[in-house]
Amino acid sequence: MVGNNQAQTYSSFGARLALAVKCFLRTLSNPETAQQIAPLLGERPAAVTPPPPEPELPPERKHASGLYMLSLLQREGRLIDFLQEDVTSFSDADVGAAARVVHAGCRKVITGCLALEPILKEAEGATIKLPAGFDAQRIRLTGNVAGQPPFRGALKHHGWVTTAVRLPSVSDALDPRVIAPAEVEL
Amino acid sequence: MPRYSVGIDLGTTNSAVSYFNLGDAQGRGSQQTMLGMAQLTAVGTIEEKPLLPSFLYLPSEQEFPAGSLGLPWDKKRKDIVVGEFARSHGAKVPMRVIASAKSWLCHAGVNRLDPILPWQAPEDVQRISPLEVSARYLSHMREAWDHQFKDAPLAEQEVVLTVPASFDAAARDLTKQAADKAGLPNITLLEEPQAAFYAWCEAMGEGFRKQVKAGDMVLVVDVGGGTSDFSLIAVTEKDGEVQLTRVAVGDHILLGGDNMDLALAHTVNTRLAKEGKKLDSWQFNALTFACRQAKELMFADAKLKKAPLVIPGRGTSLIGGTIKAELVREELTQVLTDGFFPKTQFTDLPRTARHSGLAQMALPYAQDAGVTRHLAAFLTRQARALAAAHDAPANVTGQSFVHPTAVLFNGGVFRATTLKDRVIEVLNDWLAADGGQPVKEMQGAELDLAVARGAAYYGWVRQGHGLRIRGGTARAYYVGVETAMPAVPGMEPPIKALCVAPFGMEEGTQADVPPQEFGLVVGEPTRFRFFSSSVRREDRVGTFLEDVSGNDELEEVAPIETTLPAKASNEGKLVPVNLQAVVTEVGTLELRCLEKSGPGKWKLELNVRMKE
Repeated sequence: MVGNNQAQTYSSFGARLALAVKCFLRTLSNPETAQQIAPLLGERPAAVTPPPPEPELPPERKHASGLYMLSLLQREGRLIDFLQEDVTSFSDADVGAAARVVHAGCRKVITGCLALEPILKEAEGATIKLPAGFDAQRIRLTGNVAGQPPFRGALKHHGWVTTAVRLPSVSDALDPRVIAPAEVEL
Repeated sequence: MPRYSVGIDLGTTNSAVSYFNLGDAQGRGSQQTMLGMAQLTAVGTIEEKPLLPSFLYLPSEQEFPAGSLGLPWDKKRKDIVVGEFARSHGAKVPMRVIASAKSWLCHAGVNRLDPILPWQAPEDVQRISPLEVSARYLSHMREAWDHQFKDAPLAEQEVVLTVPASFDAAARDLTKQAADKAGLPNITLLEEPQAAFYAWCEAMGEGFRKQVKAGDMVLVVDVGGGTSDFSLIAVTEKDGEVQLTRVAVGDHILLGGDNMDLALAHTVNTRLAKEGKKLDSWQFNALTFACRQAKELMFADAKLKKAPLVIPGRGTSLIGGTIKAELVREELTQVLTDGFFPKTQFTDLPRTARHSGLAQMALPYAQDAGVTRHLAAFLTRQARALAAAHDAPANVTGQSFVHPTAVLFNGGVFRATTLKDRVIEVLNDWLAADGGQPVKEMQGAELDLAVARGAAYYGWVRQGHGLRIRGGTARAYYVGVETAMPAVPGMEPPIKALCVAPFGMEEGTQADVPPQEFGLVVGEPTRFRFFSSSVRREDRVGTFLEDVSGNDELEEVAPIETTLPAKASNEGKLVPVNLQAVVTEVGTLELRCLEKSGPGKWKLELNVRMKE
């Protein structure tokens, strides 16, 4: 702590003043000193423990927007109904008619929420060149992957990327686990 | 000082808001900004959309999870839902949803201040008045605006609210009251067909002078979701300057695009019923929606012979529960093109069935679905009216009906080119038969959002920019006066009509005071029967029309009434007064009682209901 090696009585005002000034300056400039002095003055030191880790969200809250997307596709395009139904017993014409519902509704959701564009503008089947340092996020190599770029290859799938995401805002009051509520007609 | 001019289209089925930065030196061209309005699109889901469906849903207390009906500016909202979710969920719970409030607002057969909607809802559903519903839509739009423009609240902007040209004085007054209730005390009213014309002018920029010239007569055909509205706008020239005058407006016709989709759905439904497939009300709605899409598909591609209609079942079995149908080309042509836009002669007038007293209650839908017949009636009536007027802004000599030179279409219905072509074709047949020149279509009109956009542009025009459409009121107004005659048992004395407001009164003007005096008893309500005419252009203030009962140029509107406030000293006294009409800056008609020999001045209320 503060003070000299020799015992000090601090009976004189001057000595006390000198100590007070010393305390004042060190406390002001050095947080550690402040931490040490505080208990002497009856102050409780500030908690130095790090903030508690945020409680782990349950999976349905963590992935709420993914679940919400499913409920949107179900609401507009009946996607979950379609996928959960056993298609084997129906004719192609029946499945086709239902597919129109799914297609029209889900398409509305996708075009409403996302701005989708092909990653590569060339026609599929065209031969294209990939320079060194191509974007591996956006382009996946297949087939005879050997050697160093630049590569030449045939475009098999032009890829999709979204340039804008416009998901509706969803209230926390909703339980994200509910993909579609049951409907009871009174 | 307002920073924006804001145009509000309070529509029968959809509402929209457009805005114009008043600091801009010129029109926006075709980039006319729309306000995205946050609204519930599903339980607990908020999305911003440029259209706010004019539907209001009254949820029951336990229907939805707590907090799931909140709005960005009102997280705790739970009593009403406005917009997309109100419409989509209302289809499943019809007794709790209010639609077409605007049609109720101009329906004089009911008291529009009484809580009557949802119409015929069961006892325990809370009901609200047509006025309140309109106010709620306007409130929602105001809140959506204020949420985005926190430093420029809507109440402080130049707000232009549109009404059908065919709205009478009482319906305009109620619209103004709804705006007051919604926290928008300073608004201006604008007729929808005029708004569509303004939007077209703005989109054309200076190019519009190439498309219209002096001597043109523009017919605006505005078929909205619930109403059909016609206006004639004359282009004239004075001292080298082009002038625009709104010459006439049509009568109120409750017939719109929604009726057309419904008609298709009913046709298909009848066929399905014959095949033993019954649809519930939710599926019928899905069918109506499917018909609208099939219609647009087939109108867009003239080669398509048919379009598939798929109506999903409500259960989880999508494939098993789906009902398949088709809309074929012949049906589309027969029901829509020929049903709503039949090829007729200009002498073919709409069938009108007189309503019986009981039928009066529900909405008075048009009895004749033929838009072209209503159009013929409008043009022939107005030709007679213009021919009789000494200073008509258009020369109709030798015309059996007013000959338009150009047509401006408005309303989503006309996305179907086939229907526009049909209107043009019918008009040209009439013109050829009556010795006129073919009309041209005014190109480049925006059909869905033009009214809101044109209204925003008009707010800027009002500040002295661009070309303004003149015209004043499109009706003359009369009060009924009982003639003095000896009482005959069982016979009502004939009623004469006294003109108090002539045709064509401009905003912000007042009419002369007619010499006729009335005696008002202080402290007791006095009531006048009230009439309007959209064709009597020549009547001056003070003109008397004998016996209104046989006069088909007059239309009775809801009565007006007043009670002179009583003081202890004059209770029961008879005060002689004159009536004076004022057209306010807002665009509403106000009637006042002026004390004959004194300073007294009282406002007369336009009543909200035809009969007690």
